[in-house]
Amino acid sequence: MDLVAFLVVVALLGAAVWIISAPLRREPEGAAPTDPAPAADVQQLEAARDAKYREIRDAEMDLRTGKLSREDHRAMDATLRAEAMEILRDLDEARAQAEVQDSGQSTS
Amino acid sequence: MIVVGRACLIIALAAALYGIGASLYGARARRQAWIDSGRRAMYAVFGIVAVAFALLESAFLRSDFSFDVVASHSSTTTPDFYKVTAIWSSQEGSLLLWILLLAGFSSLALRLSHNRLREVTPYAQAVLLGFAAFFAVLLLGFANPFQPRSPVPAEGTGLNPLLRHPMMAIHPVMLYSGYTLAAVPFAFAIGALAARRLGADWIAAIRRFSLAAWLCLGVGILLGARWSYVELGWGGYWGWDPVENASLMPWLTGTAFLHSIMIQEKRGMLKVWNVSLVLATGTLAVLGTFLVRSGVLDSIHAFVGEGNGIAWMFTGLIAVMVAGSIALVYSRRGSLRSEHRLDSLWSREAVFLLNNLVLVALCFVVFWGTFFPLISEAITGTKASVGPPWFSRYTVPLAIVLVLLAGIGPVIAWRRATTANLRRNFAVPVGAGLVALVALLLLTDAARKPLALAMFCFAAFVLAAVGQELVRGARARRAMTRESPPSAVVSLVRRNRRRYGGYLVHAGIAVLFVGVAASSAFQHARDFRLSPGQTARIGGYAITYVKPTAKLASEKVSLGAVLRVRQGGHDVGTLRPTRGYYPTLAPDKGPVAGIFDGQATSEVGLRAGLRRDLWTAIEPDIGPLQRFISEADRRFGNAGPDVQGVVVAALAQRYVQHPPPATFRIIDSPLVTWIWIGSFIAFGGGLLALWPAPAVARRRATAAARAGAAREPARA
Amino acid sequence: MDPARKRRIRLVVALSAALLLAGALAYTSFSASSEARSPSQLARSATPGQSYQLTGKVVAGSIRHEGPTLLFRVRDRSGAASVPIRYTGVVPDPFREGREVIVNVRKQGGVFVGEKDSLVTKCPSKFTDKPSRKA
Repeated sequence: MDLVAFLVVVALLGAAVWIISAPLRREPEGAAPTDPAPAADVQQLEAARDAKYREIRDAEMDLRTGKLSREDHRAMDATLRAEAMEILRDLDEARAQAEVQDSGQSTS
Repeated sequence: MIVVGRACLIIALAAALYGIGASLYGARARRQAWIDSGRRAMYAVFGIVAVAFALLESAFLRSDFSFDVVASHSSTTTPDFYKVTAIWSSQEGSLLLWILLLAGFSSLALRLSHNRLREVTPYAQAVLLGFAAFFAVLLLGFANPFQPRSPVPAEGTGLNPLLRHPMMAIHPVMLYSGYTLAAVPFAFAIGALAARRLGADWIAAIRRFSLAAWLCLGVGILLGARWSYVELGWGGYWGWDPVENASLMPWLTGTAFLHSIMIQEKRGMLKVWNVSLVLATGTLAVLGTFLVRSGVLDSIHAFVGEGNGIAWMFTGLIAVMVAGSIALVYSRRGSLRSEHRLDSLWSREAVFLLNNLVLVALCFVVFWGTFFPLISEAITGTKASVGPPWFSRYTVPLAIVLVLLAGIGPVIAWRRATTANLRRNFAVPVGAGLVALVALLLLTDAARKPLALAMFCFAAFVLAAVGQELVRGARARRAMTRESPPSAVVSLVRRNRRRYGGYLVHAGIAVLFVGVAASSAFQHARDFRLSPGQTARIGGYAITYVKPTAKLASEKVSLGAVLRVRQGGHDVGTLRPTRGYYPTLAPDKGPVAGIFDGQATSEVGLRAGLRRDLWTAIEPDIGPLQRFISEADRRFGNAGPDVQGVVVAALAQRYVQHPPPATFRIIDSPLVTWIWIGSFIAFGGGLLALWPAPAVARRRATAAARAGAAREPARA
Repeated sequence: MDPARKRRIRLVVALSAALLLAGALAYTSFSASSEARSPSQLARSATPGQSYQLTGKVVAGSIRHEGPTLLFRVRDRSGAASVPIRYTGVVPDPFREGREVIVNVRKQGGVFVGEKDSLVTKCPSKFTDKPSRKA
């Protein structure tokens, strides 16, 4: 193996190790494990909320393009909004949980 | 440089293996730093493989025949564009492309989701890195592109002439993009199952990748069909070849998934079904790569007897994917319960469900037919295969139902459609279908082919349904904003890209199937044997063989014909089909015979039109030349290439001066062009749906900012 | 009818449709596929006039043109036994020596005559001509 090739390989290997190890080098000494669940709960509910909003918008679209009658839309809209409220309530709860965990971590 | 390339593959394998370990450890010990490190391993794999790919590509461009794969797939006379693309005509190069695309799309997916789905991504990372490791092992152990050849030959074999076509240059890249993009949803599905995080968020994260995979596969399939039509000299665009079927299967399940996903997003139903579809699509994508790359269906004996390593590796991978998927879905069935029930069979959910069943049934038919040689060998001991007629018997009715559903889906209401609704929404589309039926019956002889007739009517139904949706949406928007009609349509579509993109796809598919139905039911194909001056008659055309042609290029000899086409006494054009002969390097043949007995490709003479295509290919009879060819080889076999060039020119000249009768295949095919037009419409719709909606992007940005703001005080 | 029962009925209907399709697929594929034969099998025994689906490889150096008619031999995938084929018509571009072909043939005298338009070559676009050296 000639020298240039050897140097190129070493450089590539070094770059790969450098990139991969960056988070481990940056991690503060004695960092505690973090529980991703509360944050994930929040994100999951946020996604559910967005989906529900979209559904409400779609129902409105269906009403305007004549796929839903006015009565049907009223009933459906009410259900959807109730479901959205429920998600929002859960979301507030989940956010509070996540904050508790966050602050718990920063004090520890 | 060969050494550097090998080292790159080894580094990539090491990084992938490390990344799998780091991701899994990080998930288990809840150490985000390790998970981040695992994600970066994927970026590193991408970077390193990109270097390896660039090395190989530069070897192709420089015609460095010390690379074995360059010597056997390229040559100095290959045009530069095809030198670049020759890399994926080889087994080794295409597997390298696979891993490059996989690492690229995976890096993108992981980058986009790195702050979300914290529980899911470690497992998804591990799965994606597992694929990368698998392909790195394949490359290192079974198909190493960095294999030296010695002695270094002065000239390479050259790219298979059939692949010297722009379609074929892009087609593999598109298919591989589709296959590798399908790996991303697969990995996230495994991650979601493993982490028991089966809510709405992972679905939202992969939807775009599923759509991109669907789009790339679709484009790849269509390019392949077009290539077959203009290059393979048989005039068809689809032959149910295993390699075509391989790409069609994941496309079908992917299409099913894109529909059923909406039911889950809206109603929280069908979770098991959706996750199974994602897993099936990913597995079928790997299966597709396997079929294409191993040739297992062609040479089953080689597969079993000689122990084809690649085939066994793939079989193992697929077995692990299938078994793992089933085990995971089964063990997580509690978290996959539906939140709702189907309200009514007259609802969009039910139509989507039916569409899913039809698509999966189609996929199953294709699967059965493709694997029938293996199935029959296992059961009866003889390897039998089924042909296109067997496929059409099932796929044609299923496709007709599918097109019908493509029209019903967009206009029926979610949850429950009332009779008044149905009447209001279906009057126009059904009317359009009936008008089409009456018009076709009165004005044409379409009644001869009831299945094609049904397809035409259903397509009219779909187009009317989509048109009605667009008009009503624009009208509703105008009522609110008082925009002009065109700008109302534009802003309507812009604000609902996913919805109207989808409708556009439906319209495109309907148009495409009109082309398929018309061209397969009403085409006339015949072979004629003509001498110059003679005329063939087909489908109202009179085609006269005017004169033969011969042309010498640097790497091929083209023999062809000038055909004059007349219709109803009028000249409507001239067609010039030719057949190109490429030299073979077979040592047992003389240099001149090597040209005419080597690989030959058709350049078809095509008169494409919106109403019909006139397709011609020529098979020159070189029998009378044989005598001269053998004599030329005897006398000039050891002469230099210049002399041989003169001899070949003389032979071509002889062909033109004393033309023997040539065989022509002439196909008069109605509406073929609409297949390509329809696919353009469909892919336009797919792109529209894929494009990020501006409003959503902004909302996401502000949400992230708010989330950041919420975190700051907590830290302080 | 109560919803649970209705759903069960739907499930049964869907499942039986699936079973029916699977059964039809299995039945028709086994009956429709004309039996594939290898050249050595045909060389040993072939009833004149009966149609066989022949698969094998085109023997190197065996292709001859006789006007519009093509004469060539097809051999076993691994082996030397071969049978002569007479085929009239346009062959697909990928057709060449050494290529794997499938063709429906009938025995007529000493040769096997290919049915028009039945000759298929395996798609060449994906795999390389020569088998992978290390495999």
